[in-house]
Amino acid sequence: MGMTITEKILAKASEKNAVVPGENLWLNVDVLMTHDVCGPPTIGIWKKEFGDKAKIWDKKKLVIFPDHYIFTKNPHANRNVELLRSFAKEYDIPNYYDVGTDRYKGVCHIALAEEGYNIPGTVLFGTDSHTCTSGAFGMFSTGVGNTDAAFILGTGKIWEKVPESLLFTFDGELPKYITAKDLILRVLGDITTNGGTYRALEFNGEGVFSLSIDERMTLTNMAIEAGAMNGIIEADELVEKYVKERSDKSYEIFKSDNDANYRAKFRYNASEFLPLVAKPHSPDNIDTVENVKGRKLTKCYIGSCTGGKLSDFVSAAKFLFGNEVKVPTFIVPASTAVAEQLDVETISGVTLKNIFENAGCVIAQSSCAACLGGPMDTIGRAQDGEVIISTTNRNFPGRMGSKKSEVYLASPLTVAASALTGEITDPRDYI
Amino acid sequence: MEKTIEGKAFVLGDNIDTDQIIPAEHLVYSMNDPKEAQLYGRYALSGVPLKEAGLPNGNIPFIKGEEVTSDYSIVIGGSNFGCGSSREHAPYALMKAGVKVVIAESYARIYYRNSVDGGFVIPYEAKEKLNDVISTNDELEIKLDENKLINHTTKKEYSLNPLGDILPILEAGNLFEYARKSGMIA
Repeated sequence: MGMTITEKILAKASEKNAVVPGENLWLNVDVLMTHDVCGPPTIGIWKKEFGDKAKIWDKKKLVIFPDHYIFTKNPHANRNVELLRSFAKEYDIPNYYDVGTDRYKGVCHIALAEEGYNIPGTVLFGTDSHTCTSGAFGMFSTGVGNTDAAFILGTGKIWEKVPESLLFTFDGELPKYITAKDLILRVLGDITTNGGTYRALEFNGEGVFSLSIDERMTLTNMAIEAGAMNGIIEADELVEKYVKERSDKSYEIFKSDNDANYRAKFRYNASEFLPLVAKPHSPDNIDTVENVKGRKLTKCYIGSCTGGKLSDFVSAAKFLFGNEVKVPTFIVPASTAVAEQLDVETISGVTLKNIFENAGCVIAQSSCAACLGGPMDTIGRAQDGEVIISTTNRNFPGRMGSKKSEVYLASPLTVAASALTGEITDPRDYI
Repeated sequence: MEKTIEGKAFVLGDNIDTDQIIPAEHLVYSMNDPKEAQLYGRYALSGVPLKEAGLPNGNIPFIKGEEVTSDYSIVIGGSNFGCGSSREHAPYALMKAGVKVVIAESYARIYYRNSVDGGFVIPYEAKEKLNDVISTNDELEIKLDENKLINHTTKKEYSLNPLGDILPILEAGNLFEYARKSGMIA
């Protein structure tokens, strides 16, 4: 019996020739990533459990990105960043990206890619559920809690159960009004928020390999919304080129065998896709934009690891160019590198930044910001009674702030089209 | 580990995500400062919309007023309990509030791992949707050796899925104690 790409990578990381779903393995971890919300408690557990002997297993493999609660006056949140800062200083951590310095990067999952930590064939754990984003690079990546992270910090090892895999094949070419967000929303509608629990979601087909790296990351990013352990796409030449530009580490490209075993296979024709939304209050509450169009909005939000990448802003800018938004619209670049590109990328000679400013958008500094609500002074945070359309990943009750708000999740094209009318709008009206 | 756990049921719906278990604005408190860590108990389940808190009737606060622990020590969920964000603060907040056991039809992976590896709350899997048949305030008893749940209010008994591979970790206390006992770490 053949193996899937996920099984092959886990076999390598556990020094075995073959593994099967359901098997519990001890894995060697290549990278541990943490941030300002889960880093301090992780460090606390590590110090308590290992005591005076507490030693970081491999400093080069620890990566710390403060990114969640950055631009806030909340004293507890600022204390967490200070705790990371003093930890990085005390232990001389090379891969610490401090706030308030030119090393600050923004949202961890996008920064991991940009800074060359995503290496095909490797294993990456992070204290954040969207760590599955890195699977777009043909690697195994998943989220863990603080205790598991503290264990990795001291030992470089962690146990994991080999997941069954689900295969999603997208044939055909994506229409101009469809983005990766529409593809993953469709998957969520079909398998629901627990259809991937303890499973791997593997994506392939022409519709996937024709996507940019940014767009592939949207697919793998929301694997967790189906409850999945990881999302994964085999690395191709585009990934190799991206990785070589950012890292000199060696990599290994794994591919699923033709006779690999899948729990289930799903096949879609991407060319027939319609723009989709996830209605309040769950990412699997899927409907077509057509069915909900006209819903009045109070705010539009383009940001986060899911929908704040350069490709997301290029998509949005196509519609916003030369137009004005009708409701407050927030542009929150995931990373500082994306923010810099807003000043470089142009449409008809106008930079994306100018397009957004001219359209009346609010451009915020890079961080997780209102995707998860955050402290009360977080920019874009949902207030009571708001109806928001957002490129982010979750619309659970209160996720973006107030429990008395409603959030629709959609593609950057749908959000930009809706910003121009103040109500949910079909992007096909602007193509 | 206790062999018998008794307490009142607090019943919730399906897909209780970690934003509902502990909303993101509360993730800033220290877990090392005992006084401040009580705030995790204070705000446990505060993200659940009130009409869905304490089913079947709802509108039952899990935590009364400014208290830091709950009258309820057994939480009954449905499918996909603990989905969403990876925050370990979620099972930790339930523990701080005094919850000993959650019983749900199924769990999200990260929440489940966090419950076990941190040694916070026992995550039992039910064989059926108990949130449809148990009511908030029912008096429950769990016999761990027999994987059995007794509802003293309705006089009904239910069998629970054995804890299996995770039992040794829960018995040891947490992942670190387990690793020490099995000689993995010093």
